[in-house]
Amino acid sequence: MTIELLIALLLCAGILTGGVLAVVLHGTVSAIIAAGLASLFAAVLYVLLAAPDVAMTEASIGSGLATVIFLYAVNRTRRYGDDSDD
Amino acid sequence: MTISVATLALGTGLLLMLIGLWGLLAQRNLIRLILGFSLLDTGIHIVMVSIGYVTGGTAPIIDAAVDPAQAVHTVVDPIPSALVLTAIVIGLGITAVMLSFAIRIHDRKKTLSIEDCTESKG
Amino acid sequence: MAKRLFIFLTLLAVAAMFFDFASHFRPADKLSPLAEHYVAEGPQELGAANLVTAVVVTYRGLDTLGEVTVLFLSAAGVGLLLAGRRKREDAEPQEDLHPSSELVQTAVQFLLPIAMLFGVYIFVNGHLTPGGGFQGGAVIASGTLLLFLALPNAKLHHGIMGELESFSGFGYVLVGLLGIFLAGGFLDNRFLPLGDFGRLLSAGAMPLIYVLIGLKVGTELSVVLERFKGE
Repeated sequence: MTIELLIALLLCAGILTGGVLAVVLHGTVSAIIAAGLASLFAAVLYVLLAAPDVAMTEASIGSGLATVIFLYAVNRTRRYGDDSDD
Repeated sequence: MTISVATLALGTGLLLMLIGLWGLLAQRNLIRLILGFSLLDTGIHIVMVSIGYVTGGTAPIIDAAVDPAQAVHTVVDPIPSALVLTAIVIGLGITAVMLSFAIRIHDRKKTLSIEDCTESKG
Repeated sequence: MAKRLFIFLTLLAVAAMFFDFASHFRPADKLSPLAEHYVAEGPQELGAANLVTAVVVTYRGLDTLGEVTVLFLSAAGVGLLLAGRRKREDAEPQEDLHPSSELVQTAVQFLLPIAMLFGVYIFVNGHLTPGGGFQGGAVIASGTLLLFLALPNAKLHHGIMGELESFSGFGYVLVGLLGIFLAGGFLDNRFLPLGDFGRLLSAGAMPLIYVLIGLKVGTELSVVLERFKGE
């Protein structure tokens, strides 16, 4: 088992953990952060797959701007206090 | 079948697509539904990049580290990279439109649950 | 309970389809014929060191133009959906967003120009190093996000943003049309000299196109962020 494969294994585990947490976690904000984490691990995996252009896009857009847009949407939809997420 | 980085990434991408689909089917909160959609998106991107990976290849950029004459045998496929690059940006645009629809629905109905949007069912 | 069973069965069926695909998957050990052509001919033909940029900007340039159009339409859709919603909510009291601490404000004053400069660096060097218009535009939008973090009540100048976006979109199509008349076809980059391989001013019109895409993506994503931030 080479070191590259070991890193890829850890990254894949991180992606899947983030994905599962994004579905099962109760709080919406925690789920969004978990999905952003999965996206960030995916960005590092793209570097291993020799696609640095995709890695940059995923890191800046997939895990950066998308997470922020989700958080802004949560902020704007719970202003009245009628949602039960924490 | 030996395990390589490409097969590992392909499996992860397919599993992430399943997780995203699970989120789409199981969630009732609109924002959580859109989050499941975005996980599905990420899974598809990982699958496409792993299909373009050539074993032992390096990034498709011709610089001091890559001999232009030997480039055909040393770099990975640039086409899936280009496709995924644009797909990520379009994914953000679609997510933004879906989220603004969710915000509008919340403005109108003061709820995010799709159970309360029954009149839009066919 | 029946719903959970249905979800489980659906996921199982999709997983079976995926398994069939995955079990026949062999990692490639050589390029496909099309990619081989791009890699072998791209550097001499177009003068770009980054072959992903060559594919995005020139070989598949029309796709990219369509993609920029989709992004423009989604930004317009977000603007349409989220604009003017304040007018109906006269019952809701307008609370100002909390201003951030002085530490954050001072740090942003220092970091904002650097972040913008970095975004410009990424898209100017798109044909040489990893990155390009989309990544650079996203970094510029991150700079705008920094500004919103420090000053939550900041407003973008919509006149300037609109002008910049129209100018870059128009310029992109104009450069594509110049390719028809002066070179081989729509979005052909060879109507400008290809220059020395690997230099900043090389690869014909490719840096010009990526600068325009970068400006367009940067302004569009900034406006989308501002719309989502709300008042």
